[in-house]
Amino acid sequence: MDTRFTRGKSNILERPLTRPKTEVSVSAFALLFSEMVQYCQSRVYSVSELQTRLADMGQSVGASMLDVLVLREKNGKRETKVLNMLLFIKVNVWKSLFGKEADKLEQANDDDKTYYIIEKEPLINAYISVPKENSSLNCAAFTAGIVEAILTHSGFPAKVTAHWHKGTTLMIKFNESVIARDKALDGR
Amino acid sequence: MSRQSNRTTDSKKMNSELFTLTYGALVTQLCKDYENDEEVNKQLDKMGYNIGVRLIEDFLARSSIGRCQDFRETADVIAKVAFKMYLGITPSVTNWSPAGDEFSLILENNPLVDFVELPDNHSTLIYSNLLCGVLRGALEMVQMAVDVKFVQDTLRGDNVTEIRMKFIKRIEENLPAGDE
Repeated sequence: MDTRFTRGKSNILERPLTRPKTEVSVSAFALLFSEMVQYCQSRVYSVSELQTRLADMGQSVGASMLDVLVLREKNGKRETKVLNMLLFIKVNVWKSLFGKEADKLEQANDDDKTYYIIEKEPLINAYISVPKENSSLNCAAFTAGIVEAILTHSGFPAKVTAHWHKGTTLMIKFNESVIARDKALDGR
Repeated sequence: MSRQSNRTTDSKKMNSELFTLTYGALVTQLCKDYENDEEVNKQLDKMGYNIGVRLIEDFLARSSIGRCQDFRETADVIAKVAFKMYLGITPSVTNWSPAGDEFSLILENNPLVDFVELPDNHSTLIYSNLLCGVLRGALEMVQMAVDVKFVQDTLRGDNVTEIRMKFIKRIEENLPAGDE
């Protein structure tokens, strides 16, 4: 362990975490993402496997992004309430990743564990045409992975999946325990 | 969906962090899939090549840059226009060989490595090797065969990140008649 921190190969630990003003072109991202999808596709047999792989990659993005965002946007304070956590994702996370807020945040009518983040034209899917034979494929599975990691690492274990509904909808299903805790917090 | 906006010449921009982290996720996945740095380097180069082959069309359409007269001009266009357009940085062009067929790109802040620290067990991984493939693929589409490789990398403890490019030959065969 000590070698890792004493060798000083890079000055990464010295760099400030404040928002950098660097930008890259959307084409660069689109081409990279397309190549990622193709790479994943070459190693799987089904659409759901492909989506799982994309989600896995998204998870590592979300996990890295969480700490940086909490520090930058929230002065290091974490959210403890479900609604605030969801708003943090809709507003802060979306703005820093995609440059805008998510279009909509909704709760399922019939289920207090389920929430939806709805995006009419998600950046991830902007340049992707889905083949007819795989019409269930949604590359926003990658975004779902990002959201799932952010929720889980914040102490809100959940399952997030991407669907075609009013554009692209990310369905967030929280663990029972999360909702129970939230209600208990409300009662105090 | 965004067909209309394709006609504009200025490209849309986005936060570099999503790009950086997405690339990181890809490299991580490749490291899991291959378990051997050499293979990962090769795969990154291959994926970069595929990107470069497509990227050149996007680039030519947006930049309205004509045919380069010589390798020096090519170097300038790559550093000052292409890198600026896609990654938002302008590497410097140095270390020309006397024959003018080799030069180096020095990258100040490589956006691919913003959050990256290489663990010791990946000392032979060329993290940004995708870039080499992109350059090679893009130039091949304008009939230039080049050799591209990283000779220095800040991730591996060097002072600068340096990509060395060597002109091999002009590709003559398979040129469709009348094609620019």
